Amino acid sequence: MKKTKINEAHHALKGKMVEFCGWELPVQYSGLNTEHMAVRTTGGIFDVSHMGEVWFRGREALRAIQHIISNDASKLLPGKIQYAGLLTETGCFVDDLLVYMIKENEYLLVVNAANLEKDFLWMKKHTARFDVLVENRSEEYSQIAVQGPMAEKLVQEFTEIDLKPLGYYHFAQGRVQDMDAIVSRTGYTGEDGFEIYFRSDAAAASRLFLDLADRGEKYDALPAGLGARDTLRLEAKMALYGNDIDDTHSVLEADLGWILKLNKGEPFLGQEALARQKEEGIRRKLVGFELVDKGIARHGYPITVAGKPFGAVTSGTFAPFLKKPIGLAYLPLEHAALGCEFQVSIREKTALARVVETPFYKRKK
Amino acid sequence: MVKENLLYSKDHEWVLREGNAVTVGITDYAQHELGDVVFVDLPAVGKGLKKGDPAANIESVKAVSDVYSPVTGKVSDVNAKLGDHPELVNQDPFGDGWIFKLSVDQVSELDELMDLKKYEEYLKGIAGE
Repeated sequence: MKKTKINEAHHALKGKMVEFCGWELPVQYSGLNTEHMAVRTTGGIFDVSHMGEVWFRGREALRAIQHIISNDASKLLPGKIQYAGLLTETGCFVDDLLVYMIKENEYLLVVNAANLEKDFLWMKKHTARFDVLVENRSEEYSQIAVQGPMAEKLVQEFTEIDLKPLGYYHFAQGRVQDMDAIVSRTGYTGEDGFEIYFRSDAAAASRLFLDLADRGEKYDALPAGLGARDTLRLEAKMALYGNDIDDTHSVLEADLGWILKLNKGEPFLGQEALARQKEEGIRRKLVGFELVDKGIARHGYPITVAGKPFGAVTSGTFAPFLKKPIGLAYLPLEHAALGCEFQVSIREKTALARVVETPFYKRKK
Repeated sequence: MVKENLLYSKDHEWVLREGNAVTVGITDYAQHELGDVVFVDLPAVGKGLKKGDPAANIESVKAVSDVYSPVTGKVSDVNAKLGDHPELVNQDPFGDGWIFKLSVDQVSELDELMDLKKYEEYLKGIAGE
């Protein structure tokens, strides 16, 4: 099992360690619900060093990126970030990712840990004809996410970067506790917050995490694990690769049309398939649901729509902040409207579910 | 935390014997492993259960797990309070967080369960793994 450079800090903080995508990471420290609520009300500190960092550098870096992603990276300016799909020829997901424009001809792409090797090979293969250097530098980088209403105050104590003017999906480069870092106003929780990328040895990385946890006490912020990360992202209806998006469901079916720019002026993988699908219309769509009956509909539980089996729950949990069972699933388009009902098999029982508006949780600005 | 005068199963259920009837719950160790319990699916009163049959489901935010019947018998009562207050399983696993009662077919089956001392050793074995 691989260890992040923050591993020592997790043990010091008595994190309950589990294997995740080949990494030893904490699923929780004080408790999933407690950590979830802390992020919604004060703050949470996450080690997300397992995420992959791939750099694109060169004269045709932008063209290469445009060729493989769904969104229009030409709209980026230095210091701006964009969410996008890394697409197959069929318009489905190889992965979802963030594109950071560092400067002209230099970009950072942040990908899921589970897909890093696959993504990197895919990127190399499909950008070979461009004048661009594609480098996987994931091993060098640690990443800490600080999320929640108190995140700005807490992170500000550690950096010379003025965080207040930093907009959502923007980043700045500067010192964080004597280390060069990229600090972006991004996250996977539905709260305000920051993601800090830096290169250091294990001692310095663990020290930063422990210092954040220590200083966080003042704001009632807590170290938080993978368990809370998953429930937080689901309340905010942020897709998880392998659950809600994958290489068999298209960008349009995933209800992520806003990251698809068909007319961005550059041909890209999946463009033809998606243009056709847009014209013909989709037949199924990812929707959010609540259980009407008691129980929890979890990932993989079978679904029945109008008496016929139709796939399975892609993500489902008991939402700790909303205090109700929620989930995501692909439904036939004619049964995907708000208020539509369907059945979920929960072991030997059947529970009624209803399509609801998403995101389930939206923070007050 | 563990309790005397109870019997324990390898699946971390505790059993309180009162004549031919038993009360079943999960141990403090088990509730801690599960994390925050948000829903308990209780068996129907009158249902016959064999030793080792899944009797109830406990849903925590993290996962779902079965509570197995530690002996063969018939469900005589369930803890209806858990319907509105599933968190009792976390807060008071040996008390208000009890799950169901059984009238036992063969009292001798109880001999196969562990006493406190054996269960403590069993827990130590798990911790050492």
